[in-house]
Amino acid sequence: MSERQLLSGNEAVALGALHAGCARGTGYPGTPSTEILEYYDVIGGQAEWAPNEKVAAEVALGVAFAGARAMVTMKHVGLNVAADVLFTCAYSGVQGALVFVVADDPGLASSQDEQDTRRYGIAAGVPILEPANSQESYDYIRLAFAISARWKTPVILRMTTRVSHTTSVVQPVDTPEPPASPHFVRDIPGRVMVPGHARIKHKALRAKLAEIQEWCETEGPNTLIPGQSGIGIVSSGIASMHAREAAPEAAFLKLGMTYPLPFKLILNFLKNQTQRFVIEENDPFLVEQIRAAGGHVPWNPELYRMGELTVDRVRRILKGDTTPEPPLPKGRPPNLCNACPHGYVFEILKKHDCIVAGDIGCYTLAALPPLSAMDSQICMGASIGVGLGLRHVLPEVEARRVVSVIGDSTFMHSGLTGVTEMVFNPPPTGHVLIVLDNHTTAMTGQQENPATGRRLDHTPTNRIMIEEVVKAMGIKNVTVLDPVRQNAELEDTLLKALKTNELTVIVARQPCLLAAGRIRSYEQQTRNTP
Amino acid sequence: MKTDKTINIRIAGLGGMGILKSSQILAEVLFRAGYDVKKAEVHGMSQRGGSVTSDIRFGKEVLSPMIPNGETDFLLVLAPEEIEIQRPALRPNGILINATSFNNVALPNRKSLNIAMLGTLSRYLDLPVEVWREMILEIFPEKLHASNLAAFEAGRNLVN
Repeated sequence: MSERQLLSGNEAVALGALHAGCARGTGYPGTPSTEILEYYDVIGGQAEWAPNEKVAAEVALGVAFAGARAMVTMKHVGLNVAADVLFTCAYSGVQGALVFVVADDPGLASSQDEQDTRRYGIAAGVPILEPANSQESYDYIRLAFAISARWKTPVILRMTTRVSHTTSVVQPVDTPEPPASPHFVRDIPGRVMVPGHARIKHKALRAKLAEIQEWCETEGPNTLIPGQSGIGIVSSGIASMHAREAAPEAAFLKLGMTYPLPFKLILNFLKNQTQRFVIEENDPFLVEQIRAAGGHVPWNPELYRMGELTVDRVRRILKGDTTPEPPLPKGRPPNLCNACPHGYVFEILKKHDCIVAGDIGCYTLAALPPLSAMDSQICMGASIGVGLGLRHVLPEVEARRVVSVIGDSTFMHSGLTGVTEMVFNPPPTGHVLIVLDNHTTAMTGQQENPATGRRLDHTPTNRIMIEEVVKAMGIKNVTVLDPVRQNAELEDTLLKALKTNELTVIVARQPCLLAAGRIRSYEQQTRNTP
Repeated sequence: MKTDKTINIRIAGLGGMGILKSSQILAEVLFRAGYDVKKAEVHGMSQRGGSVTSDIRFGKEVLSPMIPNGETDFLLVLAPEEIEIQRPALRPNGILINATSFNNVALPNRKSLNIAMLGTLSRYLDLPVEVWREMILEIFPEKLHASNLAAFEAGRNLVN
């Protein structure tokens, strides 16, 4: 028997993918999903960071079209970026297998919203599996590949922060599956989604989902635990763990697949209970579906829809307690590191009372006191579009204070189309974009990106120079400055640019303090290898 | 302390204090002793010096990975300013292992406070001391072996 291991949920997904014969893992870093591909690389999988989740999903789909198995990883908001791929590859289906591993963040440990990925399952017609611990993460990723291969459909594995970042025991299988041998099989009506083909494929998708639902009724990963209290609880994912601890006497139906749902199984379970509950994290996704199917389950009080669940909160739900909850312990908030190069830039923006359209990364921390030097942050790349919109309509004196600020990884992810807009529809006062290039994707733990010139495993690859790209796109004034050593020059360049009606990009380049040592050692290794 | 009951340990402090490292050692030691173990932590923004806590639960079967309020059996707090924030997590009669008790303990360097606190904790848990030492050697690079083993011993000797 292979040895038991202590693994995080993310590590267990990586190991399960390797043992399911996955040929390539793609993705974009995002807490809490980042460690999946990093660990997959460490244990010998082929892994890459793509520029963004959409491209990552497209590469994975290509792998699956070639008859191999692919996994694409992202955080919940990443699926918004990749949603265009998801919806239509649900129609086309796949030749090998394709699993979207999507990590939600109930409680917003490190995210901009609390969206519930399970909604995408219904919206796109893609089956969803929800593991509750590391063993299930390992088992369900393999099951996801099996379902994907059997029904030629993409599958979503929905992780959550607590499943991804909790370490628990995993018993791996003795004999991993070998990877498939890829080969191209032409299927034009199956993969060219023009209306004539897609109409037929939509019907095929609905038929597949009906079959998967039937399978789920009898063979799906659902667990029935008998109880003695007359209380019956339907649950899924990490919420089922809290619920079992909060109500050890209750009967449980724990659903491993939450779309499509096994309604016969659920209604049959509920029939025998005197008091019924659905315990789930985030949206009332199961409640809505079960009620629509005729199941008598109550809505949970709205306050439990927000934040992550805990044993204490489940106890309150079971008691019907809607009194105000005790506040969460208030710890020290995160902050920009001492002497962080980003800080030097924001000091200047604050000094001149700039209106800062910000973006996603460490530098978002500049919005917090004492700097309080960022005015908006919505989604990856939004700094540029939002900044341009502000410039278009604000009175001229205010418009001239608007600056967009974006990091290097976020620029490669979603900034290029923003610059396209900047060149295509420039505001009358022009615009200024500052790219904070710290040579790493710092916030998620120092991952590489196309502007660092290194792949996921830190080995060298082609490097994209941000200043060359924006020049080629038609930005007239492009300056590269060190925000620490050329601070006065940076201030001067910015003030001049704000006065003109031209388009300016300032690349503020200085490596992240935390990453600088590692970056030097990667560069050293590169020089030493012929 | 062989028990079916779930025992709850929380390690709390600030980013950069070695909370994730010490909770990794603790979880592995418990796993090797044959317990079901869950270790839950929230990282992400912790690198930026924010508060970090790690919950380690062990027993015959551990369900939720997070310790319910007021059910912590052992609370290890590395940053003095976090003590009052974390105190409500402690069970009545629960044991607090506090950074300030190490003020007069000679440690090879203050960075190994996390391991010294594990040394103190090890006196309360019925686990073979060799397994602790083995894990310290496994997890740290060789140049940090001596200092961390010494810190572990200093922590063990803090309890009579």
